[in-house]
Amino acid sequence: MTLTPVITEHWDDPELFTIEGYRRHGGYTALASALGQDPDAIITTVKDSGLRGRGGAGFPTGLKWSFVPQNDGKPHYLVVNADESEPGACKDIPIMIANPHALVEGVIITSYAIRANHAFIYIRGEVPEAIRRVANAIREAREAGLIGTNIQGSGFDLDVVVHSGAGAYICGEETALLDSLEGYRGQPRLKPPFPAVAGLYASPTVINNVETICNIPYIVGRGVDWFRTFGTEKSPGFKVFAVSGHVNRPGIYEAPLGITMRELLDYAGGMIDGRQVKFWLPGGSSVPMLTAEHLDVPMTYEAMAEAGTMLGTGTPMIFNDTVSVVKAVTRWLEFYKHESCGKCTPCREGTYFITGTLERFQHGHGTDREMETLVDLCNQISGRSFCALGDAAATPYPAALKYFRDEFVAATTSPVDDEFDPAASYVFSGAAAR
Amino acid sequence: MTISEGTRDQLQELVARYPRPRSALMPMLHLMQSLEDEVTPEGISACAEMAGVSPAEATAVASFYTMYKRRPVGKHHIGVCVNTLCGLLGGDAVYEALSERLGVGHDQPTSDGDFWLERIECQAACTHAPVMTVDWEYMDDVTPSSAVDVIDRLQRGETVHSTRGPVIRGFRATEHTLAFPEDGLAAEGTPVDDKMLAGLRIAKERGMSAPAAGQEG
Amino acid sequence: MTVTSNNGPGSDVEMATDLISVVIDGVEMQVPKGTLVIRAAEKLGIEVPRFCDHPLLDPVAACRACLIEVEGMPKPQPACAQVLGEGMNVKTQYASEIARAAQEGVMEFLLLNHPLDCPVCDKGGECPLQNQAMTVGRPESRFDGDKREFEKPVNVNEQVLLDRERCVSCARCTRFAEQIAGDPSLELLQRGAKQMVGTADDEPFESYYSGNVVQICPVGALTSASYRFRSRPFDLVSVPTACEHCASGCSLRTDYRRGVVTRRLAWDDPEVNEEWNCDKGRFAFAYQTHGRIDSPMVRENGELRVASWPEAIAAAARGLAQARGRVGVLVGGRSTVEDAYAYARFARTSLGSDDIDFRVRQTSDEETAFLAATIAGTAVSVSYDELESAPAVLLVALEPEDESPIVQLRLRKAARRGTKVLSIAAVASEGLAKVDGERVAARPGDEATALRSLEAPVRELLSKPGAVIMVGERAAGSPGTLSAAVELSAATGARLAWVPRRAGERGALDAGALAGLLPGGRPLADAQARDQVAAAWGVAPNDLPANNGRSGDALLAAARDGAIGALLVGGVELSDYADPALAVAAVEEAAFVVSLENHHSAVTERADVVLPVAVVTEKAGTFLNWEGRPRIFGQVFRDALTMSDAKVLSMVAEAMGDSLPGDVRAIRAEMGALGPWSGARFEAPMQAAGSPAEGVVLASWRQLLDSGLMQDAEPHLAATARPTVAIVSARTAQALGDLVTVTGPAGSVTVPVQAGDVLDDVVWLPMNSPGCHIHSELGAVPGSTVRLTSGGAA
Repeated sequence: MTLTPVITEHWDDPELFTIEGYRRHGGYTALASALGQDPDAIITTVKDSGLRGRGGAGFPTGLKWSFVPQNDGKPHYLVVNADESEPGACKDIPIMIANPHALVEGVIITSYAIRANHAFIYIRGEVPEAIRRVANAIREAREAGLIGTNIQGSGFDLDVVVHSGAGAYICGEETALLDSLEGYRGQPRLKPPFPAVAGLYASPTVINNVETICNIPYIVGRGVDWFRTFGTEKSPGFKVFAVSGHVNRPGIYEAPLGITMRELLDYAGGMIDGRQVKFWLPGGSSVPMLTAEHLDVPMTYEAMAEAGTMLGTGTPMIFNDTVSVVKAVTRWLEFYKHESCGKCTPCREGTYFITGTLERFQHGHGTDREMETLVDLCNQISGRSFCALGDAAATPYPAALKYFRDEFVAATTSPVDDEFDPAASYVFSGAAAR
Repeated sequence: MTISEGTRDQLQELVARYPRPRSALMPMLHLMQSLEDEVTPEGISACAEMAGVSPAEATAVASFYTMYKRRPVGKHHIGVCVNTLCGLLGGDAVYEALSERLGVGHDQPTSDGDFWLERIECQAACTHAPVMTVDWEYMDDVTPSSAVDVIDRLQRGETVHSTRGPVIRGFRATEHTLAFPEDGLAAEGTPVDDKMLAGLRIAKERGMSAPAAGQEG
Repeated sequence: MTVTSNNGPGSDVEMATDLISVVIDGVEMQVPKGTLVIRAAEKLGIEVPRFCDHPLLDPVAACRACLIEVEGMPKPQPACAQVLGEGMNVKTQYASEIARAAQEGVMEFLLLNHPLDCPVCDKGGECPLQNQAMTVGRPESRFDGDKREFEKPVNVNEQVLLDRERCVSCARCTRFAEQIAGDPSLELLQRGAKQMVGTADDEPFESYYSGNVVQICPVGALTSASYRFRSRPFDLVSVPTACEHCASGCSLRTDYRRGVVTRRLAWDDPEVNEEWNCDKGRFAFAYQTHGRIDSPMVRENGELRVASWPEAIAAAARGLAQARGRVGVLVGGRSTVEDAYAYARFARTSLGSDDIDFRVRQTSDEETAFLAATIAGTAVSVSYDELESAPAVLLVALEPEDESPIVQLRLRKAARRGTKVLSIAAVASEGLAKVDGERVAARPGDEATALRSLEAPVRELLSKPGAVIMVGERAAGSPGTLSAAVELSAATGARLAWVPRRAGERGALDAGALAGLLPGGRPLADAQARDQVAAAWGVAPNDLPANNGRSGDALLAAARDGAIGALLVGGVELSDYADPALAVAAVEEAAFVVSLENHHSAVTERADVVLPVAVVTEKAGTFLNWEGRPRIFGQVFRDALTMSDAKVLSMVAEAMGDSLPGDVRAIRAEMGALGPWSGARFEAPMQAAGSPAEGVVLASWRQLLDSGLMQDAEPHLAATARPTVAIVSARTAQALGDLVTVTGPAGSVTVPVQAGDVLDDVVWLPMNSPGCHIHSELGAVPGSTVRLTSGGAA
């Protein structure tokens, strides 16, 4: 399958981040067309396109928009989830850095469609470069009359605010993000009510991922039929894949959904030193890992589900055979423990329990009984925690055990660093390591 | 510290940005860190008052998010991603080298107040692993020696560029950007680098492109 | 968190009328639409484990202990937040392996970091975690890692201590603070496994209701300084009681061990205090054992000496008999109904006097007329539940948070559901903000004018069905206010409630402990009323006093001026009168003084006979709360040797050759037989407003925690009192600086200045707090003109 740069098509133009640069490549023409349409027609277009959320869950975007009650007399809000914090996910931040106006244009069109006069872009605080580039684009758009009152004479008013996070993975969970945006601790909310009915300030709110919103100008500008030339019936469109790990050319690769990991790996120059693929994760640490036998599974929502995992953020991490899966899983669990918001018992205490146990494995002190206890503990979290963070935390271990049980058995007798020399996994040479 | 009139005006500006004052709490706390490189009880009280919440509620928020520090960070915040991918691809070695160079451990300031070292989580730059941050600006593809070199240069007062952003300005300056993102630095540096262009370049080399609109079917 | 609707998911159960059919563990049942699974299961006697769930708090579904299976749902659901729908089939741990396994898993997690210190934990023996670990937990732990450790304990305020390692993060305490009390100074800090309850740095959990968080903590994380390590729950004897402090009328549970009360808890009384009480009601009981008078005393050669009961009774009877027809009776505001009735009857029969009053505070003839016409002998006219559903509540001379704290909580609950609260006041207080209230500006003394000139929108609000006007006892000090309130009630249809501060006032009024009023609100001057009472008392109508006696300042002045031969005083603190000097002079000038007391006081110092009486734990009795609702309580210490006021009075009466029931049951039977008055009532007062005061006017009320004597000997409680400050407008504060000296006719106080939402030309001072006692030190009352000077120089 070929690469199909759309969102990334003009990233090699260093002026793309400016409004002039973006316009030079056809930017904001979709907006002009959108403002001439009935908002409901845009919702229908997005529905018909079959676009699915690119943040990880893959929920149909147009359907989400259609849940917003209209003529309800309440303000509506658009909130862009730019909290990209999922381990392995690194595509929204590059999009915001390289092509911030695509996001801004998408925000304006989406706000117009859902009748929101106020949009917020919640960007994780650890990435000032993305924050300043998006803020700059908003300023330029405002100065160009694309944000503000009576945009382009349409009668439509919109204000867009960039909101900096401050270090909390949980804020990627949409209701936690809303609480954070309201100035609370970012803990997820009880649902129902769902954000489409009672979201930000208890008003109808659409929350979309950055990449999802960046699709909008292209769908509105080029049409549903064009969009559906990419991907599959259930996974239409293109995707900004970010390939990382032990590959020769890690980076951003935009291709239709349905491309395989083997193809992406090939574009990425293959494995470093020609080593074997040991395990890989299609879209963040929260999706179950796969192995070399899955390299030909199409990267679509449905095929990944069939393979027992999820497309997730579509940002594959690939590890070679120098890596200890026990160590990898332990590190992810340390992350979930660190990022657990503390609201619910299974996630708060379960990640504490599992992490402590896995650390003993890492030092060669695991036991057979604990290997089974860990399965129990994951079952005690999965489906019982308040939000998906707990489910995510319960994901890495069972998947790793399924494919690499022997390594956990080995970790009952010898430390993983004895079995796997950490330095062998480094991507720099011995000289750089001093 | 006492909150100056100027600061009060800035807090007011942040409050005015949102439909409800409480929403400004997080940017206000960032602003406090741009003034003091930490969040102090006085700073929390000032933010709480502006946001219309109790000091306890503001303290609860300040303590929830890891970027808010309750002790002075110093001139520069040094982060090393030690999540699985970065850590295993070399971030662990980078962290060890920096810890040895700076003589401090995780979430600790150096005694001279120049640096704060922190093991940080995934920075959404996995394609650039191992990743280090200086005042939250990217230092991509670091090695133990290049990371230590960054510290050496900062300590000597030399100009250090972020790999995908502006010149390193210090922790407080970044915190100011987080409160007021229009810092005029959007055009600085080379934010779009080879790795972000990897796929596009191959596509161009090989003549690949998305079909144009109207050419479908 | 955003409040998404006025009604929390659990709160509208009562209002729903549509019934739906559901199945729980195979049992078909009908429940109102909107019912939560956990509540419906309770009705079947099925107890689903829970920690974060509390019926009066918004659900959070955080602890996950209550996971149950719902047919058709892929994941187990929290019973505390799952709303039942038509036809829903629910299986709890008794019918579902999924539910049982989920609950067991959560329990294992909850115990992970919980210390095994039950043997030294206050909660051990009454601990939901301990109990539910026994019913749903695994027999042994699989966790052998390190448990979280924290420095222990930390004070969240002077009274409430926190052992963080015991906390299970259920957020009951923080939700109580925010949702119920409106005091969000207790919060969850940090996150994840480090999450803990705490406050801002150096800022305590400031709340009059802080003790409730100790009671609702489902583990031993929150304890009180006054009870910590004092006893084991299973060593305690628990008795349902009623609070003696204020007229809110809380139901309490009093726990004692070996003859000593160890703690008091709020008892579940959905119609009154729900499951809450204030810190005074919870912690202020040390007075019951501290500094008691333990034997009768008589004055001999100018000195009080210990006497035997027969000697003291005889002395009292002799002195009172000599003054018969010229005896004044002063009854304290915290008397039980039964004791007040005994005073009322004793005065009219044995003493032949109608000079009697229960109001140890500022009074007026207008108030006497108002009470006789509007309140005395009426049944419950406005209830807590009606407050909750009222479209609007207008407060007049009433600060519920300080003066009737459970009224405050119910108003907050009402306000969260949409009730509009208005207050005629000079100060827009913190308490008013917590009920989202709006101030209608009036300087103290100008309330009547404000009531008579309310703007149309306010009058329209009050004209809505169910609207309520609540008048506080301080209205007595503002001429015309009670008259105007009655007028407004008549004009708008809003119902009128009178909220006195002390627990005994409403009961004493109904018992007839006020000049001109016989029991049940009967006018002394009414022939039929006299006939009824005389018959009940076994006397001839003509034996009752012929004319209405004196009350209020007139009664005190008569004693001072020698027009009264003797005073019988029960439970009165002279400094509580608006004119303490007059009260002291009254007692000093009276030829003969009998004091029924449990503590040494300014009255006992001057009395000729002192008769020690029981405190509430040593007797049975009844209070009528502001609603008029009887709060009946039994005797906690059944073998107490002390006697109630009624019993002591019956002994004195017997020594005088009369007969008076001294037993609670006999008194209740006699009062019950009399019943309330159904004849013609007094005319409501029609008094004009006073003329506006000149200059700076004093606003003042008693703070909940202050210099009140019944708060004695409880230092932790006292440390949570609000500091003594003068509150003035920001403009005035700026002019005054840090300190202000407030000068009244009798003197001055110097206190720190605090800026607040106060009318210009008004200064607020606490009425009776450490360093500021306005009656004795200033000689002032609310509405008095005072002088403000900057700094400490008077």
